[in-house]
Amino acid sequence: MTFEYASAPESTSVVKIKPEYGLFINGKFLPAKGGKVFSTINPATEAHLSKVAFAAPSDVDKAVAAARTAYSKVWSKMPAAERGKYLFRIARILQERAREFAVLETMDNGKPIRETRDTDIPLAAAHFFYHAGWADKLEHAGVGTAPKPHGVVGQIIPWNFPLLMLSWKIAPALATGNTVVLKPAETTPLTALLFAEVCQQAGLPAGVVNIVTGDGSTGAAIVNHPGIDKIAFTGSTDVGKGIARAIAGSKKSATLELGGKGANIVFEDAPIDETVEGIITGIFFNQGHVCCAGSRLLVQENIHDELMAKLKARISKIRVGDPLDKNTDLGAINSSAQLEKIRELTASGVEEGAEQWSPSCNLPSKGFWFPPTVFTGVTQAHKIAREEIFGPVLSVLTFRTPQEAIEKANNTPFGLSAGIWTDKGSRILWTAKHLKAGVIWANTFNKFDPASPFGGYKESGWGREGGRHGLAAYLKGGH
Amino acid sequence: MRVMDGTLPSIKGFLKTLSPVDQVGAEARAAMLATRSIKTSSKSWAIDMAISMIDLTTLEGADTAGKVKAICNKAVRPDPSDSTVPHVGAICVYNDMVRVAREHLDASGGKDIPVAAVSTAFPSGRASLEVKKRDTEDAIANGAAEIDMVIDRGAFLSGDLVKVFNEIEFIKSICGDKAHLKVILETGELVTLDNVRKASYLAMAAGADFIKTSTGKVSPAATAPVVLVMLEAVRDWYEMTGTRIGVKPAGGIRTTKDAIKQLVLVNETAGPEWLNPGLFRIGASALLNDLLMQRMKLRDGHYAGSNYVTLD
Repeated sequence: MTFEYASAPESTSVVKIKPEYGLFINGKFLPAKGGKVFSTINPATEAHLSKVAFAAPSDVDKAVAAARTAYSKVWSKMPAAERGKYLFRIARILQERAREFAVLETMDNGKPIRETRDTDIPLAAAHFFYHAGWADKLEHAGVGTAPKPHGVVGQIIPWNFPLLMLSWKIAPALATGNTVVLKPAETTPLTALLFAEVCQQAGLPAGVVNIVTGDGSTGAAIVNHPGIDKIAFTGSTDVGKGIARAIAGSKKSATLELGGKGANIVFEDAPIDETVEGIITGIFFNQGHVCCAGSRLLVQENIHDELMAKLKARISKIRVGDPLDKNTDLGAINSSAQLEKIRELTASGVEEGAEQWSPSCNLPSKGFWFPPTVFTGVTQAHKIAREEIFGPVLSVLTFRTPQEAIEKANNTPFGLSAGIWTDKGSRILWTAKHLKAGVIWANTFNKFDPASPFGGYKESGWGREGGRHGLAAYLKGGH
Repeated sequence: MRVMDGTLPSIKGFLKTLSPVDQVGAEARAAMLATRSIKTSSKSWAIDMAISMIDLTTLEGADTAGKVKAICNKAVRPDPSDSTVPHVGAICVYNDMVRVAREHLDASGGKDIPVAAVSTAFPSGRASLEVKKRDTEDAIANGAAEIDMVIDRGAFLSGDLVKVFNEIEFIKSICGDKAHLKVILETGELVTLDNVRKASYLAMAAGADFIKTSTGKVSPAATAPVVLVMLEAVRDWYEMTGTRIGVKPAGGIRTTKDAIKQLVLVNETAGPEWLNPGLFRIGASALLNDLLMQRMKLRDGHYAGSNYVTLD
């Protein structure tokens, strides 16, 4: 007999999903114009979770008007220390209700409970704590002696880290004195709506945070709204380019956090067992639905075979399945559309002659699933080495010299993240200096901290989020 | 397969081929594996497996024949009220208690439970080679089927790897086919995970049947990252030589939770082939009663008080 882990599902009893959610405007939940709704499902089971209001442009008008009034009448007049108190209160409530948020996030997104419990929710709370401390110290943030907020900020967030991306957006916006109209992703609106309840619980003044649910058309209504002073967007490079075009010539400023095709570079002297773990974290964390994923593995030629053998053995131990099971490592793909995109791109990898490998694993019959996948024999010319797959698919390339590693790593329109694995400190510094990427990890991957600025070079985005640099993006006198 | 021949160049040359260990990464991996949630049927399987892997140990200056006989009884029938509980893996005692243990086990239904003797001037290892030799021979002559020797940490840390290698090889030659050799690295004194990896390979190359973390007299003892690195070593040694070496964490494993975490480490690092008392042992004393209480809880649905398990 072998050591099979019996199923250990996290209880869903802490979560009370309402049959229907309205838009959160001016501190209250309101139905959308004409009562239009859409459905949100659990991608692991395809079970219906709730109906959510579909915001029309006129609903966005209402939200922007509420944010404007809250900005001019309440939030901009409030002493900064008082603003900070609200953020501290929100942070504490997120911690108190962490389990509820973790379970709900896992149900709506499909990511494993281990990740929502240990990463998403604790980091979301940490972002509020970090920015709460800044609220009354902005003149020391390095953006001038009297930095001013923009006013009303429109924020559009993706489905891969729903609550965490919300906190990356809302915490700095509020700390710097802006008010917010935020649109969560169409497939993952529920934790944002639960966050709206947290705003009520914290007694946050009405209109400071407004949450409008909908699809791309709702997002476009925010981007194009004349009452919005600044746009903060996280999502695909295509949509980001569209936003840049839409706001060109307007007074709106923008931060854009877009796609990536991160190079994870492994030198011959790397600590191999920990490197294997780092590669796994780099590409299989959150099903690879990570803009800064280490999706291109660049391995020094002379250790390729040894590393691949160890990597494949380790990938075979990844536990794929029920995201609510506490032992699950890889959960569900977030939507059928994303699954289709992953399938298309992996099919192109096979077509273009790369070698596809996955361990044998039993995928659930319902829901959206894709096994952990490795492509070897990949070259720079392969589509799977150039385009963001945004799924659990790793492309493996080799290099011979450090110079070649740099050339290959930088040979991409993106420039968000990179990883360096070596036992030599000097090589870490040399490599990092030559990489064109906004975030570089050495002997680790996918580590996040609210104090650390995050953002991309080239087509991976504009501006930074987190740290002092992230504050600057929400302040005038900054940029 | 002989990967090093006992000369300094060959030992150093081989150890240089080993990949370095990144401590932060190893700690993160061990911490992640500690979050595995082992419930219901898998917990019940793990508890029985852990019981059968225990080297039930008493290594005190105050040990008496009476105490050793008592733990022998406990080893044979850990829970007198439940005959489905497996016996433990071995009894581990000081040299002078080996005969007492062996005779008592034989007389009380424990013929198939081996006696392990801590040897080579345990726990410090500070004695002449002659004394270590006699210590080991004496233990075997008195019925020890397993020898838990300590390495010379002073020699290891000061770079005298030849001395460490030769001592292990020498003790192994004394053990021959009469006793299994467990080599205690005393990882709490080696401090770094790189040292743990190197010492593991040194011991395996010199003939260890098992590599063991600690004497139990030095803290920290069997921490999860240390056990992780040792499990990686035996896994990779098997890849290289085709021989499976056992691992024995000892010291600080007191609760069922601790023991199950060890089994998870084994399962997901070395692999399920190591999940048997022939290749994995846990050096412990208090652990056994906690496992028995958790076992009763799974069986009866409620916790029993500590008075429902026998003291020793």
